[in-house]
Amino acid sequence: MNQPLLQTVGLKKYYKVKAGELHAVDNINLSIQESQTLGVVGESGCGKTTLGRTILRLVPATSGQILFRGENILEYSGKQMHEMRRNMQIVFQDPYSSINPRMTVYNIIAEPIRSSGTRLEKQNMDKRVRKLMDTVGLASRLIKAYPHELDGGRRQRIGVARALALNPKFIVCDEPVSSLDVSIQAQILNLLMDLQDEYGLTYMFITHDLSVVKHISDNIAVMYLGECVEHGPKDQIFANPLHPYSQALLSAIPVPSLAARSRKPYLIKGEVSSPINPKPGCRFAPRCPHVKPICTQGELELKEVTPNHFVRCTLYGSEKP
Amino acid sequence: MDNHMLLELKDLEVVYQTDFENVYALNKVTLSLNAGETLGLVGETGAGKTTTALSILKLLPKNIGKITGGSIMFDGVDIVKATEGEMRKIRGNKISMIFQDPMTSLNPVIPVGEQIAESLELHNTQGRTAAEIEQRVDQMLELVGISPNRKTDFPHQFSGGMKQRVVIAIALACDPALLIADEPTTALDVTIQAQVLAMMGELKEKLNTSLILITHDLGIVAQICDKVAVMYAGEIIESGTMEDVFSRIENHPYTVGLFGSIPNLEVSTLRLAPINGLMPDPTDLPKGCKFHPRCPKCMDICKTESPRVYETGTHQIMCHLFTQEGNVIQ
Ligand SMILES: Nc1ncnc2c1ncn2[C@@H]1O[C@H](COP(=O)(O)OP(=O)(O)OP(=O)(O)O)[C@@H](O)[C@H]1O
Ligand SMILES: Nc1ncnc2c1ncn2[C@@H]1O[C@H](COP(=O)(O)OP(=O)(O)OP(=O)(O)O)[C@@H](O)[C@H]1O
Ligand code: SF4
Ligand SMILES: [Mg+2]
Ligand SMILES: [Mg+2]
Repeated sequence: MNQPLLQTVGLKKYYKVKAGELHAVDNINLSIQESQTLGVVGESGCGKTTLGRTILRLVPATSGQILFRGENILEYSGKQMHEMRRNMQIVFQDPYSSINPRMTVYNIIAEPIRSSGTRLEKQNMDKRVRKLMDTVGLASRLIKAYPHELDGGRRQRIGVARALALNPKFIVCDEPVSSLDVSIQAQILNLLMDLQDEYGLTYMFITHDLSVVKHISDNIAVMYLGECVEHGPKDQIFANPLHPYSQALLSAIPVPSLAARSRKPYLIKGEVSSPINPKPGCRFAPRCPHVKPICTQGELELKEVTPNHFVRCTLYGSEKP
Repeated sequence: MDNHMLLELKDLEVVYQTDFENVYALNKVTLSLNAGETLGLVGETGAGKTTTALSILKLLPKNIGKITGGSIMFDGVDIVKATEGEMRKIRGNKISMIFQDPMTSLNPVIPVGEQIAESLELHNTQGRTAAEIEQRVDQMLELVGISPNRKTDFPHQFSGGMKQRVVIAIALACDPALLIADEPTTALDVTIQAQVLAMMGELKEKLNTSLILITHDLGIVAQICDKVAVMYAGEIIESGTMEDVFSRIENHPYTVGLFGSIPNLEVSTLRLAPINGLMPDPTDLPKGCKFHPRCPKCMDICKTESPRVYETGTHQIMCHLFTQEGNVIQ
């Protein structure tokens, strides 16, 4: 396989909290090929946002490596990182809180270009902003509008235009459609996929909506309490989820069809463990129906069960392919 | 099992009158619900789902929200005419509501058991003694899958899903005939949502409670509802049994758009087929069919005349495509 555009090696982000060390992101090894989408799923608080922000160096990593085209950006100087930032952008969940309400659409989109140090003459800046607005499907008559005059879908289009302003290679999309109505959500998902086709963008797409993640991703990583418990090609994850948590997660999706009505979800009981000073072994053990003593006796490794399909669970053999 | 008609809304109209404008939130909403039935009320933001619920409980914001037409009959009582005193006897006793964002309806400084007891004391029509109330609290906690020995815990000691169960326990404590749940699982993770939905399904079987489940998620409706009503711009544009709506043989163009907007887990599609445009401004609703500016099937008549309701059996669709002669889709 080609060199991935982005790769993390043993990436960790721990927070010091009163009760100890909170393992928000714990030993994550992932890679994303150019022009592909990695979907990251998992329940609230499992570390999805922290992972995305750590990769972009918006929060400092505790340890590990972040390789962009093979270079560890954690070793970059401030100046190098400033250059690098052009390549790596983010689209946030709440399009309202992530943009300055006192700026016009024009200034919101022009701002990343200005702060990157690029000097554009007024005329060229105008052209660039209009082009970006056109790309994301915002009518140019809105160029002087303020965000509060726009609906959620249009605000999210501004968020996307901003992220595209510096021609990035890689975009972290952190729940970009979660706060939108389904009809608007579909419009934005189509936009993101069209942009990927046109500009060869690489996405890390964070969401808790599994139908969305299946639609948009090439590969999927399932997180549980800071760890990646399973990752692989999306069709394999959906057709043959291996980790008991992934199985529960997939069976719990309410599917809007008559056929799905008779299907009973596989319900998980038991308490969620704390990410603070986690106990050794599988973090899903307290809720897992298959738990055995070895599950909690030592650190578990990600095993490659079929090509490119990895799982962290004692139910699966350790033979290397 | 007894399944008489419990609730009937006919041509209900609600307007929010503010200093600047009139928001036409409900425009002739008609729906009915039998005892023991679950109705899914679906629609996107601003469709009028919460307003429908608040009207049934007569809890529209004072001086702003007004019922301007139509009727609401609940168990023989004319809600529109009922006095505040009569409504107090109905609320929390015969009709319970779980509000959108239910976490805020728990008091953070009172143990959860006490909060359930409080609701029982407030509506103590059966004249329960203190010991009986205590017993009922334990019973309700068990019913929602929480061990009664946790009744002295405070809300912050519970997970999101457990708090949600406590809210449901409070709503069900008085054995209401009707439970209205406004987006009860939106804030929950899917695994927890599945638990809460399974539990609501069980309760319906055990207690024969009628349920109005307000949601924007067609998947949830498919899982637990018997009937569906789809709202758009303050109107019910399609309603029927689960089979009527989800067999997808005949649907309102808006419902078709809703289905097309959700990525399908069973069949891969390259592109979603979303509905273009936005919901109309409720202070300035379009003439004719309120969906016409976004409708891919819009005809001339749609721009000027409100469509009548097309009925086949239990299935109702408000759209000119179906009522126009020679235009009926096969
Ligand atoms: N600045 C911080 N200080 C301490 N703990 C933090 C901080 N930021 C995040 N955490 C903790 O890290 C864990 C992961 O949080 P994160 O926001 O990454 O989760 P998430 O998967 O994005 O959740 P959600 O789906 O709710 O957005 C949580 O336990 C959270 O409480
Ligand atoms: N107190 C109020 N004053 C003025 N307008 C209101 C008020 N409450 C609701 N509305 C308006 O009435 C319409 C219907 O609102 P409602 O809350 O019933 O929608 P909903 O379907 O519950 O939406 P959501 O999915 O966002 O909860 C909306 O246009 C809303 O802006
Ligand atoms: S009445 Fe006309 S505009 Fe309205 S939904 Fe039917 S076809 Fe579309
Ligand atoms: Mg997050
Ligand atoms: Mg509402």
